[in-house]
Amino acid sequence: MAREFLVPAIDEGVESVDLASLTVAVGDVVEAGAVVAEVETDKAAADIEIGFGGTVTKIHAAPGDSIKVGSVLLTLEESAAAETTPAAAAPAAPAEVAPAPAPAASAAPDSEVPVAKPVAVAAPARTAAVVAAPSSAESDDGTPAPAGPATRRLARQLGVDLHGVSGSAAGGRITQEDVKFYVKSVMERGGASGGGGGYTPPPLPDFSKWGETERVPMNKIGRSAAANLSMCWNVIPHVTQHDLVDITELEAARRRVAEIAKKTGAPKVTMTAIAMKAAAICLKEFPKFNSALDPQTNELVYRKYFHIGCAVDTPNGLLVPVIRDCDQKSISEIAAALTDVAGRARDGGVKLSEMQGSCFTITNLGGIGGTAFTPIVNYPEVGILGMSRGRTELKIVDGEIDERLMLPLSLSYDHRVVNGADAARFIVRLGQLLSEYFQLAVES
Amino acid sequence: MALSTDLVVIGAGPGGYPAAFHAADHGMDVTLVNEESAPGGVCLHRGCIPSKALLHVAKLLHEAQDAEQWGVTFAKPKIDLDKLRDFKNGVISGLTGGIGQLCKARGVKLVQARGEFIDSNTLRLKKPDGSADELKFKHAIVATGSTPVMPPFFDLGDDRVMDSTGALALADVPKKLLVVGGGYIGLEMGSVYSALGSEVTVVEMLAGLLPGADRDLVRPLATRLKEHFKAIHLKTKVASLKATSGGIVAELEGEDVESPQTFDRVLISIGRRPNSRGCGLENTAAQIDDKGFIKIDKNQRTADPNILAIGDVAGEPMLAHKATREAKVAVETLLGQPAEFDNIAIPAVVFTDPELAWCGLTESEAKAAGRNVTVVRFPWAASGRAQAISRTEGLTKLIIDPETERVLGVGIVGAGAGEMIAEGVIAVETAAVARDLADSIHAHPTLSETIMEAAEGFYGQATHSFRPKK
Ligand SMILES: Cc1cc2nc3c(=O)[nH]c(=O)nc-3n(C[C@H](O)[C@H](O)[C@H](O)COP(=O)(O)OP(=O)(O)OC[C@H]3O[C@@H](n4cnc5c(N)ncnc54)[C@H](O)[C@@H]3O)c2cc1C
Repeated sequence: MAREFLVPAIDEGVESVDLASLTVAVGDVVEAGAVVAEVETDKAAADIEIGFGGTVTKIHAAPGDSIKVGSVLLTLEESAAAETTPAAAAPAAPAEVAPAPAPAASAAPDSEVPVAKPVAVAAPARTAAVVAAPSSAESDDGTPAPAGPATRRLARQLGVDLHGVSGSAAGGRITQEDVKFYVKSVMERGGASGGGGGYTPPPLPDFSKWGETERVPMNKIGRSAAANLSMCWNVIPHVTQHDLVDITELEAARRRVAEIAKKTGAPKVTMTAIAMKAAAICLKEFPKFNSALDPQTNELVYRKYFHIGCAVDTPNGLLVPVIRDCDQKSISEIAAALTDVAGRARDGGVKLSEMQGSCFTITNLGGIGGTAFTPIVNYPEVGILGMSRGRTELKIVDGEIDERLMLPLSLSYDHRVVNGADAARFIVRLGQLLSEYFQLAVES
Repeated sequence: MALSTDLVVIGAGPGGYPAAFHAADHGMDVTLVNEESAPGGVCLHRGCIPSKALLHVAKLLHEAQDAEQWGVTFAKPKIDLDKLRDFKNGVISGLTGGIGQLCKARGVKLVQARGEFIDSNTLRLKKPDGSADELKFKHAIVATGSTPVMPPFFDLGDDRVMDSTGALALADVPKKLLVVGGGYIGLEMGSVYSALGSEVTVVEMLAGLLPGADRDLVRPLATRLKEHFKAIHLKTKVASLKATSGGIVAELEGEDVESPQTFDRVLISIGRRPNSRGCGLENTAAQIDDKGFIKIDKNQRTADPNILAIGDVAGEPMLAHKATREAKVAVETLLGQPAEFDNIAIPAVVFTDPELAWCGLTESEAKAAGRNVTVVRFPWAASGRAQAISRTEGLTKLIIDPETERVLGVGIVGAGAGEMIAEGVIAVETAAVARDLADSIHAHPTLSETIMEAAEGFYGQATHSFRPKK
């Protein structure tokens, strides 16, 4: 009698595996407990054991294929003597997966029941849910999450936004097990990739117990910035690379140009504008920094334009207007555009479209101070350059002690897209353009 | 010496006393302050309970009448109003006495006084003997309830013009009773008096009785009420009331309404108003909305960190079971437990004959919101039990999300609908799908089978009802 062998569950939350190798061929006779294949997940490799014996009549996948848990891997013709208890069809890898009772293994031997219960705990359906309001049971349109009161209470206790949890019961109903399983799998993922885990923070304690308090609502810019930053922080595995760049000569030249500009009325060239130009050159040389990671397709989208955002501190909060095509603009053109848009951003006169489409962001806190910081990458960008206050340092130049102006740079990047070596190369190249300013002039 | 307590609960209705009990059960030091001598609030003294005691009698009278069709004829009932009143009062005192005992057993200090906030930590207790105390508290739960609305131009200072409290006092059985307002209180009290022998006329300003309920559910009820009542005038207003020696003369404005008409008594049942004024809330940071409800969040917290509010004073729907659930949420919030008033289904029951009950989403709400739902109806004519008790006018309906098959709302009109709705509440609250109801065995022959069969209807055909295929 023909019987299908399904890809068993390898680990919690793993929905598909890559088939590394098959140890059986059509015509082989296998025994229950034999290893029939080796598979790989994103974390580990595992041997797949078959729970029943028979003659392999068909193989449904080839090495290299990505195969879904629960899909048919082999068809066997069972020998009369072979073991036929479906319940014994346990996979080799840890199989205790199902948080809720797995579909009962029926006695029908030709409809093998997958061991994995399809409790899909993929990334939360909507990334926006990452920063859901403390109320967890209702979606934006007011539809309550499909869960009973006890489950909702558990979700509140664990800080889970139920809209990020997919339910295992009919109609997508979420059980308490689903919630626990969700939390477990989010914790195992380190809460990092995918979508931020959907946690809602627990409610605040009663601060007035310890002294006087005042409640001030966040304004709209503040609220959307908070939501966006939480999402960026949760989605992107951040690394920040620091460097100190000698800008003594650049700064001196900049001052001279600024003096002249004062007389001619030309736009004032700022260090931010220069850095934007240098960054545009680096983005061209390191195209990954100018890309975006498509979470749906796992593709890198390389952008062939070089728009750079610049964080502007306004009375209402942080805004990031974008200067288009920085590769094609001269430093002075960038400076002019920046002065214009930053001014309007402070007065509230900047259009939404002017704050969209950037490939990379620069945030300069040098005017205020600080030695270094770790800026948060502005999703879907993959890099952001932070500039702190330039400081004079004693440096040995050609055997002489010299006073030099050093600019601290902090480059945060999405480590899923950019590796550490490339990031170091990027910042070194950027530093080179700033310290050898003639090179910047030549290359722009 | 000033008194002090961890938690003071103000008002001992179905919001206040469960809050006090729940808090005491969790080890809090609780004082329950109530203006009236006996706890229980509106619900026990002049609301749910006495009205249901009288409606029970009304039902009996109707059934005795109906029995004629089945060949059983009773003599015309004799009504001993004093005895009936005693029965009702006995029910009240039994229950309120029970609450008093439960307070003692749990160590809740029950204080008879009117509570008024002096500030966010102090309550003035005005005792019935005119003396006053001050009570220091860490937290307060306001559960002061609501009062019937009586517009000044109806308030003639004549006790023949009554509110629901007056009607429940059962002073006499008026020959002609005018009920102003076709909401549940008016229809329930109208039913009581009609059964006792009054000629009842209902006027309602809106186009239908029981706004909020789906029309197809109201219809069987309206049909039966029309048989028992003298008249139901929709889209009709009472322009004026005048007290004369011959009765209360009412001028009625509406289509085809005879006006003026004279009544022996008039019941004003046009709504209730939250008791948020006059208890010193202005001396705290708590805020009141434009309808007079105390503003609360999902944890029953007011804008004052020390003060929570529950029950009728904290918002619609003004129903006892909502108050009780909110009491639990408020106390659990104080205990730092993960509570939240996130209930989806708050059942509404009209204890008329037939009863009307619904919970969750109604069909009209779904329509108004432009939400795509599937509505399945099971008419009781197809129910064996309904046939056996001769109550085939009933209807059970389910509002279902066609995509997930989730039961979003349940509506029932018919004998015993008030008890049956519990299943609907569980279904909606626990996000059951139609299949859950269809595949669960319901005892036969019961009216609850109509819920199962309605759910079957979602998947095609119900066993006892055949819809020709389109
Ligand atoms: C005729 C009628 C029938 C009803 N039938 C139903 C029904 O069938 N089902 C249902 O769910 N609901 C019914 N209700 C509504 C129900 O009675 C209320 O929803 C419920 O009583 C509200 O409970 P509560 O605890 O909020 O307040 P209440 O029950 O109103 O209790 C508040 C208490 O606080 C006291 N109080 C007020 N202010 C102060 C103060 N400053 N200091 C101290 N004490 C104060 C009051 O004297 C009162 O005892 C009915 C109401 C009426 C009038």
